[in-house]
Amino acid sequence: MGAWFILIPLLSLMVISLFSQKQMKTIAFWWIILLSLLQIVLAIAVNGNFWNGPFPLINFEIFADQLSRLMLLSIGIVLFSTLLAAESWIQEDERKFNFYNILLVLLAGMNGIVLVKDIFTLYVFLEITAVASFIIIALKKERDGLEGAFKYLIFSSIATVMLLTSIALILLVTGDTSFTGIAAGLKASASSPVISLAIGLYLCGLFIKSGLMPFHGWLPDAYAASTSSVSLLLAGIVTKTVGVYPLIRIVYSVFGFNSPIQNVLLLVGAVSIVFGALAALGQNDFKRILAYSSISQVGYIIIGLGCGTPLGMAGAILHLFNHSIFKSLLFLNAGTVKAESGLRNMDQMGGLAGKMPVTGATSAIAALSTAGLPPLSGFWSKLAIVIALWQANYHYYALIAILASIITLSYMLSIQRRVFFGKLANGLENIKEGGLGPTLPAVILAAIIIVVGLFFPLFINSIIFPAGSIL
Amino acid sequence: MSKIDLIILIAMILTALWTVMARSLLRAAIGLALTSVIVSMMMYRLNAPLAAVFELSVCAGLISVIFITTISLTQPLTWSEIADHAKRRMRRFWLLPLLVIFTAILVLVSGVNFSLPLPSPEVEGNVRNVLWNLRPFDLLGQIIILLAGAYGVVILFREIKSK
Repeated sequence: MGAWFILIPLLSLMVISLFSQKQMKTIAFWWIILLSLLQIVLAIAVNGNFWNGPFPLINFEIFADQLSRLMLLSIGIVLFSTLLAAESWIQEDERKFNFYNILLVLLAGMNGIVLVKDIFTLYVFLEITAVASFIIIALKKERDGLEGAFKYLIFSSIATVMLLTSIALILLVTGDTSFTGIAAGLKASASSPVISLAIGLYLCGLFIKSGLMPFHGWLPDAYAASTSSVSLLLAGIVTKTVGVYPLIRIVYSVFGFNSPIQNVLLLVGAVSIVFGALAALGQNDFKRILAYSSISQVGYIIIGLGCGTPLGMAGAILHLFNHSIFKSLLFLNAGTVKAESGLRNMDQMGGLAGKMPVTGATSAIAALSTAGLPPLSGFWSKLAIVIALWQANYHYYALIAILASIITLSYMLSIQRRVFFGKLANGLENIKEGGLGPTLPAVILAAIIIVVGLFFPLFINSIIFPAGSIL
Repeated sequence: MSKIDLIILIAMILTALWTVMARSLLRAAIGLALTSVIVSMMMYRLNAPLAAVFELSVCAGLISVIFITTISLTQPLTWSEIADHAKRRMRRFWLLPLLVIFTAILVLVSGVNFSLPLPSPEVEGNVRNVLWNLRPFDLLGQIIILLAGAYGVVILFREIKSK
């Protein structure tokens, strides 16, 4: 039945495109809201048997476990938030209509990524999401938007060549493209240099897609140059679905853990954590600081994965979910500030919390969760990652994770101080809170951060540990 | 490697170089289509006729149509701009043919043998079985990619052309 979550967006796009934008604009908006809500409810309430059930006529082989459901949930939440915000932020009817249509392609692509069990099919859906991402970034049709899309296109093409070459080599050696078939084939020929080359290429391809250092060149420009709704979508879920999720899935389900893979993951994760945080410290642009912060936070996920222990895996998965939520909230608030003040340079802002209390308060919650302060959700995932690193005798990496959290706290507090606290900046006297469009999802996302933090034992035992161990 | 394979390989390298160094986008798109035709010949020679058919129909055919449609929606360059562009490309890529020749010599001299375990000749008897029973998800994915690409061309370029 999971195939419906790919086919329905595709069929919706075809039907919506048949009619004019005047007729379908409102219907498209409510239809995608309905789809995202349905996805959220089913991801929470219905177990794997529903998702893995047969599809009539065509044999679509679907694979949905707890991790897939968690990703489907994140996709639904971020899509819902983006839609509500975009409805209020995007003014031109034609652009709004095109944005909704591309969202349907993105939804089909991302759902496909988390529901497949074949490495080539995964590649096909990665490409669908990448193509939709280029289009959605370029929708701005201004020089910086086109430049961001072009950079993403070039980097993504390099990643594509690496992934495809790797898949070809893996197919040559193992004779299979299914996750289980490759995993069995790799065990039989673990010492093959061709396999080492294939794994190296595949990991590099996914590092580029995840925007990890030193493969991050496209990310700050793509996030900062796109419109607010697009950067919310990219940072909130797209990069995680095309880069981080496949890394977790492929390393656990296909490649398995060994010392070289773990060392690469730990090193790339640690470099991303430190340099992402240091680069974020030096930024003045609200969205650019969040972009570099994303690189740093994704580093935490990768370092947790690199531990190779169930706790590290659980921490990585929890941080993947948490990061989707709090980074979406931060980009949502950056978009609201931009929409109301027209500003992105934080030096020109200040004292906005008085004028925008919901945006200010939810931003503080997201910032503190990003920095890993208890009892918010970000604290628990970072704690799990640090404990896992310590238990696995990666003491230096644990230390790096803790010290980088302090840097994270400093730049997150710097955002709060420069944007929301202090004296109201000149020219912003008439600024007001964003409408219901951006504030409603902001409150929902902030509530998720608090609820997951407070009810963490329930959350980790019912969702995260099963997601980590089922692999 | 037989003489025919060698000729096909050299022809593929030449058309690929022409694609990269072509002075206009239209010529580059035609070069890419030619490269795809030659790659499909190579695939046929390597016992992969199904892949060859796809390369020929999708890459040489459908993709070229999308490229040429997109190029037709862009603003054509003037003759002087084309000349400037060609000069810039030559300055940027003049080393590329030399690099290809140097790599070929290096591979020949070093006698590198990848000794990859090549698969057995593909069983091509039942294309319908491969597409609809074994890889239906990939087929669906490719339909979505083409649809997304065509949709992207329409929404990104139509407005620019009208302006």
